[in-house]
Amino acid sequence: MTAKDEIKKSFLASIWFMFLTFPLMVIKVNTVTDTVEWRWHNMVLVGIGAFFLSMLWRYLLKRQADGSKKEKKEGPGIIQRLLQKKELTLPGIIIIGCFTLLFPHIFSMYQTNIMISALIYVMLGLGLNIVIGLAGLLDLGYVAFFAVGAYSYALLNLHYGVVFWIALPLGGLLAALFGIILGYPVLRLRGDYLAIVTLGFGEIIRLVLENWNEFSFGPSGIANIPKPGLPGTDLSLQGSTIFIFYIIVALVIFTIFVINRLENSRIGRAWIALKDDEIACQSMGINKAKTKLRAFALGATWAGMGGVVFAAKTTFINPASFTIWESVIILCTVVLGGMGSIAGVISGALLLILLPEYLRDFGQFRMITFGAVLVLMMVFRPGGMIENVRKTYKFEKN
Amino acid sequence: MDFEYFAQLFLGGLTRGSIYALIALGYTMVYGIIELINFAHGEIYMIGAFTGLIIASVFTMLGFPTLAVVVLAGMAAIVYSCAYGFTMEKIAYKPLRNAPRLSALISAIGMSLFLQNYVLLAQTSDFLPFPSLIPDFEFWEPYAHILTSPELVIIITTVVVMILLTFLIKFTQIGKAMRATSQDKMMAALLGINVDRVISVTFIVGSATAAIGGILIASHIGQINFYMGFIAGIKAFVAAVLGGIGSIPGAVLGALVLGWTESFFTGYISSDYEDVFAFLFLVVILIFRPSGILGRAETKKV
Amino acid sequence: MKPILEVKNMTMDFGGLRAIDSLDLYINKGEIVALIGPNGAGKTTFFNCITGIYTPTSGDVLINPQGKQERINGLKTNIVTRKGLARTFQNIRLFTSMTVLENVMVGCHAVTHTGVMGAIFRGKSTLAEEKFIVEKSYEILKKIGLEKYVDELAVNLPYGAQRLLEIARAMATDPFLLLLDEPAAGMNPQETAELDELILKIRDNEGISILLIEHDMKLVMSLSERIYVVDYGKKIGEGVPEEIRNNPVVIKAYLGEEIDA
Repeated sequence: MTAKDEIKKSFLASIWFMFLTFPLMVIKVNTVTDTVEWRWHNMVLVGIGAFFLSMLWRYLLKRQADGSKKEKKEGPGIIQRLLQKKELTLPGIIIIGCFTLLFPHIFSMYQTNIMISALIYVMLGLGLNIVIGLAGLLDLGYVAFFAVGAYSYALLNLHYGVVFWIALPLGGLLAALFGIILGYPVLRLRGDYLAIVTLGFGEIIRLVLENWNEFSFGPSGIANIPKPGLPGTDLSLQGSTIFIFYIIVALVIFTIFVINRLENSRIGRAWIALKDDEIACQSMGINKAKTKLRAFALGATWAGMGGVVFAAKTTFINPASFTIWESVIILCTVVLGGMGSIAGVISGALLLILLPEYLRDFGQFRMITFGAVLVLMMVFRPGGMIENVRKTYKFEKN
Repeated sequence: MDFEYFAQLFLGGLTRGSIYALIALGYTMVYGIIELINFAHGEIYMIGAFTGLIIASVFTMLGFPTLAVVVLAGMAAIVYSCAYGFTMEKIAYKPLRNAPRLSALISAIGMSLFLQNYVLLAQTSDFLPFPSLIPDFEFWEPYAHILTSPELVIIITTVVVMILLTFLIKFTQIGKAMRATSQDKMMAALLGINVDRVISVTFIVGSATAAIGGILIASHIGQINFYMGFIAGIKAFVAAVLGGIGSIPGAVLGALVLGWTESFFTGYISSDYEDVFAFLFLVVILIFRPSGILGRAETKKV
Repeated sequence: MKPILEVKNMTMDFGGLRAIDSLDLYINKGEIVALIGPNGAGKTTFFNCITGIYTPTSGDVLINPQGKQERINGLKTNIVTRKGLARTFQNIRLFTSMTVLENVMVGCHAVTHTGVMGAIFRGKSTLAEEKFIVEKSYEILKKIGLEKYVDELAVNLPYGAQRLLEIARAMATDPFLLLLDEPAAGMNPQETAELDELILKIRDNEGISILLIEHDMKLVMSLSERIYVVDYGKKIGEGVPEEIRNNPVVIKAYLGEEIDA
């Protein structure tokens, strides 16, 4: 292909996108004053942008097509190799550990609060990863379990004065129960039907919370949810934020520990087998229904606990925090990081939540970028940033 | 029971169902051919409505007569929806044709998110008033208290689109190619069918029906915003699944059933839980008849 | 003693299509029996009916592993496997993201018990069971002759080895009867000869009876003690290999396909 062809193609793409974006990007109608604003500069921007982006697009597609032929033999990338190096594990853990311990003392309250949010997303991502990454079930209503956790704490506290420490396991348990209740009817559904029904369930729960005023106080939500306390001490606002930070760090570590153990067990193997081939999996004597329900329940547990922490952190919850797009963001963190890979999900969640927070001006472009990232990741790097090279069982002769 | 109220609900449900049907057709056609839930389909419908509004406003201000404005806005909406549908397929789905279905679905969700926020940024997050493009017909005056003229137009348009679509698929060359491709892409390609072109045409036709739905509903309800595609898209998808996804008569039947149940539910029981009911309905149907009303039960290939 | 598998008058309809038409079949303990017939005769459907992937329209599937007959049609696939019927698939269905050893380890699922709590706390019994699973899986791989591939990803194996791995995986479920769906398909003559030996070894050493679907007549004739021939879902012949070879109805059904052996 000659350079002339390339330029011609890009030129055509540029024209096409100028045409495509013309009414929406250029014309802006003010329906109150009945005037039209013509924003021709946008057209110029689109034209130039499309010209270069289409070149990049074709270059990347071509590189990918060439790459897929030989890449197979290349083996794991740099990050995976680093992750697999045993001698680096201990120092790595110590450095990350020290940094985490000192974090709230080095950085401001504002930063600590953002970090807490990000870590809640890490927990959510890890939980969703069981359902999607391990068992291969696309759950688009995952945020429902987050809502179940948050509302269980808020309501139990409001009505019965249940404290955080009891609400935490209860929230996880209730979410797991919901996972089973919602999972049971969808056991027979195939992949994309499952996606849409779980999406429906997520919306049902949100709409019920929004409309059932007597139960959930409707759209106005529940305020004055107490932060977790240490028995015998009275924490300042700053102290309690730091305390929540350590709680969520502990919970994330606990989550990683449990998921890691589950993955490398008879249960985890059944999940992966189910994802690989449902029929063969059943022919090995594995109960499909039980295996799926386990994945739903164990995935939901973390969302439930995350929800309790979320309610305690913000001290105010309402249904607006639990929309379908929240589910999509959690899905994004899993996909971006690398489905099935714990390290990937953690970095995905941190990146997706922290980046927009620090690029404040970037705020309004947050969602559009998420959308673009999902598409681009799927097209160019479906395995995510840290592609999951599953730690397979290595046989040792004794 | 009050018969007139019942008739109102029945016809209201028919109108709703017709709109759902126009959007559901796109879902079902795309699914029939590439087995992808085109999550961004609702966004195409939204873009159709926005384009229609913009073009209509511009020409109204330029002093064009109403009829000309309606025709031009309608054409623009259809053309642009088709263009977006076509481009979307090329960017977000074509490179993923041989990828796992989960990847394509995630890409579709990304596309949906992107297009929503694109319109949000390029236009506005507020509701925009949409002019009533369909006038009240004089001859229909006596019946207008049960079914308004715009509603009548919606129902008739849907029927016409349905007939055209059936004709397209049953009797034309491209229709045959579509049916062949939906059964076996590989074989169709071996027989000299340009599969890429068939898929593009499917997206274009689906987008066109969505655009028609978009303008009709916008002019009926009187306002639009960037988020309108999402719920409508989900509902239409529910309709397509209800009827048996991949089946065109199924999509229409499912849409009508959904329209009626929603209409009667809100009319007789409660309007708060309308959407809850739609979703519950979907879940119940899928549990008892996973392949929908008209869908064929698939046999597991072992 | 009653046969370990007895199928009585089984019929399977798909809509208007009768895939299996009142078929009778039995297998005695320790027998190797073959089910042959032209393509599309309903052989794989028969396997699917026995293993619970389909529920037969009518008829009985009875098993008798320990002197007590039991009806199993309509049971779910995983239950059937737990009752001791294991199978392989005509179009290989291995767990592609797993290693060879892990594939067999999944096969041990039916005979092990670790639950969620056990997996999380990893107590003594869990560790012991994990050890048992690994050792048992490796033993089976050794018997099948796949131990050199133990840590290899299943998808990277040569075709013939993948077929053998399917057998290994099925054996891990501790079956009394092994259903093999075209185990020699795609194998070269030497591999087929080795498979012949292997199947005999599985029967003789493990005491597992075998029902196989196969198109390789040489293998069928040398291995089987009895043969059933089906065509269009109907049984058109049964008997020892010698009888089948000289049965005019069978020869007619196979016209165009050669029977040599």
